[in-house]
Amino acid sequence: MNFLIYLINGIGLGSVYAIIALGYTMVYGIAKMLNFAHGDVIMIGCYTVFLTMTRYGMDPYISVALSVVVCTLLGIMIEKIAYKPLRRATSLAVLITAIGVSYFLQNAALLLFGANTKSFSNVVNVPGITLADGALKISGTTIVTVAVCIVIMLVLTWFIKNTKAGQAMLAVSEDKDAAQLMGVNVNGTISLTFAIGSGLAAIAGVLFCSAYPTLTPYTGSMPGIKAFTAAVFGGIGSIPGAFIGGILLGIIEILGRAYISSQLSDAIVFAVLIVVLLVKPTGILGKKIHEKV
Amino acid sequence: MKKFNKALSAVVASAMVLSMAACGGNAADSNSQAASSAAGSNTEQSGTGAAFVIGGIGPLTGGAAIYGTAAMNGAQIAVDEINAAGGINGAQIKFLKEDDQHDPEKSINAYNSLKDQGMQILMGTVTSTPCVAVADKTAADGMFELTPSASSTDVIVNDNVFQVCFTDPNQGAKSAEYISDKKLATKIGIIYDSSDVYSSGIKDTFVKMAPEKGLEIVAEEAFTADSKTDFSTQLQKCQSAGAELVFMPFYYTEASIVLTQANGMGYAPIFFGVDGMDGILGAENFDTKLAEGLYMLTPFAADATDEATVKFVDAYQKSYGETPIQFAADAYDAIYIIKAAIEQANVTPDQSVKEIGDALKSTITTIKYDGITGSNMTWDASGEVSKAPMAIIIKDGAYASVE
Repeated sequence: MNFLIYLINGIGLGSVYAIIALGYTMVYGIAKMLNFAHGDVIMIGCYTVFLTMTRYGMDPYISVALSVVVCTLLGIMIEKIAYKPLRRATSLAVLITAIGVSYFLQNAALLLFGANTKSFSNVVNVPGITLADGALKISGTTIVTVAVCIVIMLVLTWFIKNTKAGQAMLAVSEDKDAAQLMGVNVNGTISLTFAIGSGLAAIAGVLFCSAYPTLTPYTGSMPGIKAFTAAVFGGIGSIPGAFIGGILLGIIEILGRAYISSQLSDAIVFAVLIVVLLVKPTGILGKKIHEKV
Repeated sequence: MKKFNKALSAVVASAMVLSMAACGGNAADSNSQAASSAAGSNTEQSGTGAAFVIGGIGPLTGGAAIYGTAAMNGAQIAVDEINAAGGINGAQIKFLKEDDQHDPEKSINAYNSLKDQGMQILMGTVTSTPCVAVADKTAADGMFELTPSASSTDVIVNDNVFQVCFTDPNQGAKSAEYISDKKLATKIGIIYDSSDVYSSGIKDTFVKMAPEKGLEIVAEEAFTADSKTDFSTQLQKCQSAGAELVFMPFYYTEASIVLTQANGMGYAPIFFGVDGMDGILGAENFDTKLAEGLYMLTPFAADATDEATVKFVDAYQKSYGETPIQFAADAYDAIYIIKAAIEQANVTPDQSVKEIGDALKSTITTIKYDGITGSNMTWDASGEVSKAPMAIIIKDGAYASVE
C-alpha cells in the first residue's frame, strides 16, 4: 500500500515538473535556446495570482487568466529586450543572458514583493479521490495537474502540426535562414514561441503553487532546473518527451527518497539521468528532433 | 534597434555617473564625520561630539532577508532609545548597517566597507555561514563582535566573538529535554535539512540526547536545499513508523509546506520546531489553523506581558508595522548588552578598535544582563550565552507562552 502512495505522490510531483518542462522544451525546440528565466516567469505568474486573489479578492479563474496574460506579455518583452538583439550571437552569449534575466526577475520580485514568504491558497477546487477505504488518497490538485498537462501536450502537438504558425515554428527550428528566404517571419515566430511558452509558465506556476503552497522570489528557480532536467531526460525539443520525462523524474525522485535514502534522492535522479543519456544521448524520445546538418 | 541601444547605453552611463557621484558624496561625508569625531575627542574626552560607531551586518535582501531586516530594525530601536536617553556614558551611538545577502563573500565586503566608515564594534552577522567568515576578520582586527542570532558553534571559535542566541547543539538538547519533561510524546519522527549546518547540527544533538531522555526516534528523514518542495514521502514514513511527535529543526518556509501536506494526508502528530520556526504566522495568507498546536522552542515571545517586551513590541509595531520576531529581539538585546559592557569596561569612543575590543571581551564575562530574550544572561570566555529556554505554542492563530 505504501508503494502505491509513493507512486501517486511521484506522479503528482512529476506532473508539475512535466508542465514546466513543456515550456522549456518548446522554446528550446524552436528557438534553440535554453531559457533559464522560464522558472522565474513561473514565479511572476504565481505572484500575479497571489496578489489579485488575496489583495484584491478576485475570482480564482479570472486571476489565473490575468496571470496568463501578464506572463505572456512578460515573455514577449524578455524576448524583445534580452534575446532578440543576440539573435546572431553565439549560443553561449544567449545562455548567459538568460541567466542574467533570471537573476533580474528574482531581484525585481524581491524589490516589489519583499522577501517574506507568502502562503499560496489552493486555486484548484476539485475534490480528491479516496480508494481502498481511505488508505489511498489522490488529491484533486494531482488529478487536475496531470489532466491539464495532457491537454496542453495534445493541443501543442496539434497546433504545431496543423496550423500555419505551427508549421512556421517547425521551419524556423530546422533552419532560420532558409525559413526567412521562404517568407516565414522568423522574429514573429520566435516571439510567438516565447508568448506561448510563458503563457504555459503561468499555468504551471498556478498548479505548482497549489501543490506546494509557499511563494518566495526564489520559488521558480529549483523547479525550473528540475524541469529542465526532465526535458533533457525525455528528449529536449520533444513535447511528449517533456511529459514522460517529467513524470518519470517525479516517480524516481519519490521512490528513491522512500526506499533508498532521503538524503540521496537528487543524486539518484541525476544518476538515472546519466545512465539514460549514456544509452540514448538524445533522451527518451529524442529521436524525433531533426538535427540540422 | 541601434537607436534603442544608444538610448540604453546613455541611460546606463548616466546611471553610473550618478552612482559614482553618490559614492563620492558618501565617502566625503564619512570622511568629514570621522574627522569631526576625531577632532571632538581631542578637545573633550567624552563629550557629545564623540560617538561609538556600531556596525550591523545581515541579509537585507535575498532568501534570508526576513531575518536580517528584523535584526537591523530591532537594533535600530535599541540605538534610538539609547541615544534619546543620553547615549552610553554621554556618547551617542552611530549605527551603520550593510547587506550581506547571507553570503560569506559579500559579508566580508560589508565588513570592510563598515570598517572604512569607522566601525568600532560589530553587532552581527545575523546568519551563521557568513558569520564564520567575518569572525576571522574581526579576530585579526581585534574587534569586539556580538552576533544576535548566528547560532553555529563555529561562529565563536575566536575569543572576541560572543552570541546572544543559543548555540545549535544547545537547541537540540534543550528540545529533547523539554519534550521528555513535559511528556509530550515518546515516539519521535525527525525531518531535517541535511544540506544546512543549522538544521543538521540541531538534529545531531537531539538524536544524541534522546535515548537519555527516554525518547525513541522511529524515523529520521532528510531533505536538501534542492528538494524542499515535496515532503509527502518523509511524512508518510513518519506516519507509518507511528511517530507521535515530529521534530522539525528548520525554517518556517519549509515548515509551512510540511504542515499543509500533513494536513492533506490526514496526519496530525504534535509538531515541534526550534527558533527558525519563528515567523510562521507572519507568512502572508498562511492558514494559521494549520499551525494550531505547533510548539517551538524560542527565547522570545511577542505576547509576553513583562514591561520590557511590551515596550519593545509597541515600539517595533509603531516603526515597522508588524510584530517583531525573535531575530529582532536578539538584536535589540545585543545593542543593550554592548551598552552594558561598555559602561562596565568604561571605554570611550576615541580608543582604538583593538583597545575597545580587548576591554569588552574580558568585561562581558563579568556582566549579568536581563533582556527580552532571557533573564540572567551570562557569558563565559567561549562566547556561548547561558540563559533559560522557553517554549511557545500556537494557540488561536497567535504565539502564546506554554507556561
